Amino acid sequence: MASIWEYANPKKFTATAERLLPVLAVLAVVALATGLIWGFFFTPDDYRQGSTVKIIYLHVPSALMAINTWLMMLAASLIWLIRRHHVSALAARAAAPVGAVMTVIALLTGAIWGQPMWGTWWAWDPRLTSFLILFLFYLGYIALWSAIENDDTAADLTSVLCIVGSVFALLSRYAVNFWNQGLHQGASLSLDKEKNVADVFYHPLLLCIAGFVLLFVALVLLRTVTEIRARRTRALLARERMA
Amino acid sequence: MMPELGKYAGAVLSSYGVSLLLLAGLVAVSVWRSRRTARALREVEERVRNG
Repeated sequence: MASIWEYANPKKFTATAERLLPVLAVLAVVALATGLIWGFFFTPDDYRQGSTVKIIYLHVPSALMAINTWLMMLAASLIWLIRRHHVSALAARAAAPVGAVMTVIALLTGAIWGQPMWGTWWAWDPRLTSFLILFLFYLGYIALWSAIENDDTAADLTSVLCIVGSVFALLSRYAVNFWNQGLHQGASLSLDKEKNVADVFYHPLLLCIAGFVLLFVALVLLRTVTEIRARRTRALLARERMA
Repeated sequence: MMPELGKYAGAVLSSYGVSLLLLAGLVAVSVWRSRRTARALREVEERVRNG
């Protein structure tokens, strides 16, 4: 069996990503379209929340991806700091804008959902606040990468920022459990059947989550290959200038 | 075909609208930048190869 470290080779990574991308893109579109159409058109209203329950198919998957993207960036940053594989640092860089967009979707759909249910667009609730801080960390992370010219220095500093930001990624997931206060409810998905969302909403929601995950993987592969090419272009241009 | 969304129609439709727009924008920017970078690399590699 091939070692995962083989993919630290940019050529091997690019070749594999280009093979996987069309399949992942098709699967993502099929899963997302099926899940959203199923959820929007073929599920009933909730007895308390009415038709706003349909927002769950966008809000929960995007919030899940907002947190998990940062955790993926953390893993990639640690690999960079420990093993100095450039591909892992570039993968973290490639994932950040995807995570930032997921966070914006979670924040916006949450505000739109919150207005009719809580009577307010926003509250300084532990989960909402930690999510907002997570979004600011995404912006800071993206800005730091762009602000530093040397790729290795940028990778070092953004990795440290990523480790610090992980506290807020975890807080946005567990804030409700820690403080047990605020407007936001606990997790919608649970292994405990009593706490889990009703089956009629659960199955299309799972499909939407699968769609978001597949879209994330496809986008990160595409964007990592882009970063690898951009890095090689910069290296060749620098060599050309030196000659 | 359109489900009856009642008084929450604005909230539900705007959630879907804004989310799909953001996702489409993210995909479009990623694909556009990927193509542009691939083209730039091809050009530089060709120049380097031809001296």
